Amino acid sequence: MPKFVLRQIVRFVLLMLAVSLVVFALVSASPVDPVQANVGQAAVIGMSDEKQAQLAAYWGADAPFWERYLNWLSAFVQGDMGESLRFNARVADVIATRALNSLALMAIAWVASGVLGLALGIVAGAFRGRWPDKLVKGYCYLLASTPTFWLGLVALMVFSVWLGWFPLGFSAPVGVAASEVTLADAAYHIVLPALVLSLSGVANIALHTREKLVDVLESDYVRFARARGEKLGVIVRRHGLRNLLLPAITLQFASLSEIFGGSVLVEQVFSYPGLGQAAITAGLGGDAALLAGIAVVSAALVFGGNLIANLLYGAVDPRMRVAFRKDASDGRGSHGNASDAKEAAHVG
Amino acid sequence: MLASWQEGYATQGAVLHLPRSSGSNRLVALAACIGAALALVAVVIAGIALTPVASAVDFEAKNLAPCLAHPFGTDWMGRDMLARTLAGLSTSVLLGVAAAVVSSVIAVVLGAAAALGGPKVDAVVNWMIDLMLGIPHIVLLVLISYALGKGFWGVAVGIAITHWPSLARVVRAEILQCRQAPYIQAARALGKSRVSIAVRHMIPFVFPQYLVGLILMFPHAILHEASITFLGFGLPPEQPAIGVILSESMTYLSAGMWWLAVFPGLALIAVVLVFDIAGSSLRALIDPHRSQE
Repeated sequence: MPKFVLRQIVRFVLLMLAVSLVVFALVSASPVDPVQANVGQAAVIGMSDEKQAQLAAYWGADAPFWERYLNWLSAFVQGDMGESLRFNARVADVIATRALNSLALMAIAWVASGVLGLALGIVAGAFRGRWPDKLVKGYCYLLASTPTFWLGLVALMVFSVWLGWFPLGFSAPVGVAASEVTLADAAYHIVLPALVLSLSGVANIALHTREKLVDVLESDYVRFARARGEKLGVIVRRHGLRNLLLPAITLQFASLSEIFGGSVLVEQVFSYPGLGQAAITAGLGGDAALLAGIAVVSAALVFGGNLIANLLYGAVDPRMRVAFRKDASDGRGSHGNASDAKEAAHVG
Repeated sequence: MLASWQEGYATQGAVLHLPRSSGSNRLVALAACIGAALALVAVVIAGIALTPVASAVDFEAKNLAPCLAHPFGTDWMGRDMLARTLAGLSTSVLLGVAAAVVSSVIAVVLGAAAALGGPKVDAVVNWMIDLMLGIPHIVLLVLISYALGKGFWGVAVGIAITHWPSLARVVRAEILQCRQAPYIQAARALGKSRVSIAVRHMIPFVFPQYLVGLILMFPHAILHEASITFLGFGLPPEQPAIGVILSESMTYLSAGMWWLAVFPGLALIAVVLVFDIAGSSLRALIDPHRSQE
């Protein structure tokens, strides 16, 4: 087991290094000129060539790629992610304040979509082929085809513009000092975006849970339980839930990537000041340092989720522990169980 | 001798296990598949034909709610929203199809390399898949678009090179499964060449999965194109695109012009669902594992 944990952590570090390299390469391949981006177009035109060259040297714009990458990486690891151009602050600070908003949003949506998805999946699986199943399946397929941002637009239109129940975006009332924003204000502003985000996360987990429950209900032990005269509710509780919960939780950890992606769109629609909205602002405004920082942080979040999912599987499910031991002796490593489960749900 | 035995076996089987619905499921699937394909072609052709109408400005008829002359209403420049929506959908469908085809080729090459290239290549490909799935898809698309200076190529290249991982996994698994099959072992024992085994056994086994995977990739590609254009990284505002229409509609949301967002969004969902129907019914038709359903 310790060997397995160590292997997972090494894999995490290697993947993060690769992500940082890809992100840095993409950001530096951009046609956006770092000198011009940092001092402004008017200033560049009015500047002498000599001064421009000096500035380019100061920003390290003419250094070879590997040198720039290593400089950026070593500073990044020490917590210095550079200066954000658009927000006129240190990238680490921007990310820290924004992450609080985003994490609150994602955490609510993550829990809500997990619980709702599990419940719907159990209902659909237990009543396979009958109307609750058809309803849930139809809802899931429809939801999987619906762009998250459009769902957000419609929610804004119905609940904010027509009914006036919720505010038209932002995370706090307009015109109120940050220190005077109460928790109730924040909660009031987070409801609608969180609702939209959780609705779009339901489909995956509901369909996966349904498949699992159908498998369980077709097993020999459930047939035996039925022959003993157990009712459907009892069977679902005794045999279904125990088999369902762990894969569902694992799947939910593995779906952090989609939740983050969805949060980018939802934050943009609701003008909600989170990481996603900052990433869009950075990308549109040529703020390379902030964009790279957020990309790396988001990848860390996703890999962290996968890491937790894999460790959880290994720690909780005795069958998995045996499989890992076999896996390790095969020398094949333990290739992402969580992502496999996710793939299965995706295909199903 | 052999032929007559096969014949007898076949007719006997047919008499004993006559399907109750006499193949109507397959007929329904075939009809759904053809119908979906025709609907999509119709949308694309209508969209291309309507492109001039879609950009025709008429300030006499601006901000109209849906009516008989303009079923989807008009925007603040008097452009007909139905024409704009169809033109946008055809752009999205064409871009999505082209990008998904490129992605599927990458998937087949990498999936086949992983399955046939030995454990080292396999590990490298799996690692690449993990890496691709590690950065949230939208963030990766934003990064690629940023690297290419936004615009058409930013979104086209981004979608083309990020949709391969799941199909590559499927192709890899299918080839691995196929290699283990007794008939491949038999063909090998009979001395058939690698090329002949690949052409006669592997490709017929893997191709249906590839085709279905490709068609089911379209909806993802189209939705991602719309999302990334909506965020401002994709197609430029002067192009007819669903993402552009929806992002513009946000400005008029509080003015109560609901039709600017509702109908184009519903049309996009409809197109995505039609692709899904086409893919799943094609799978029902050509997937040997499901041919009995």
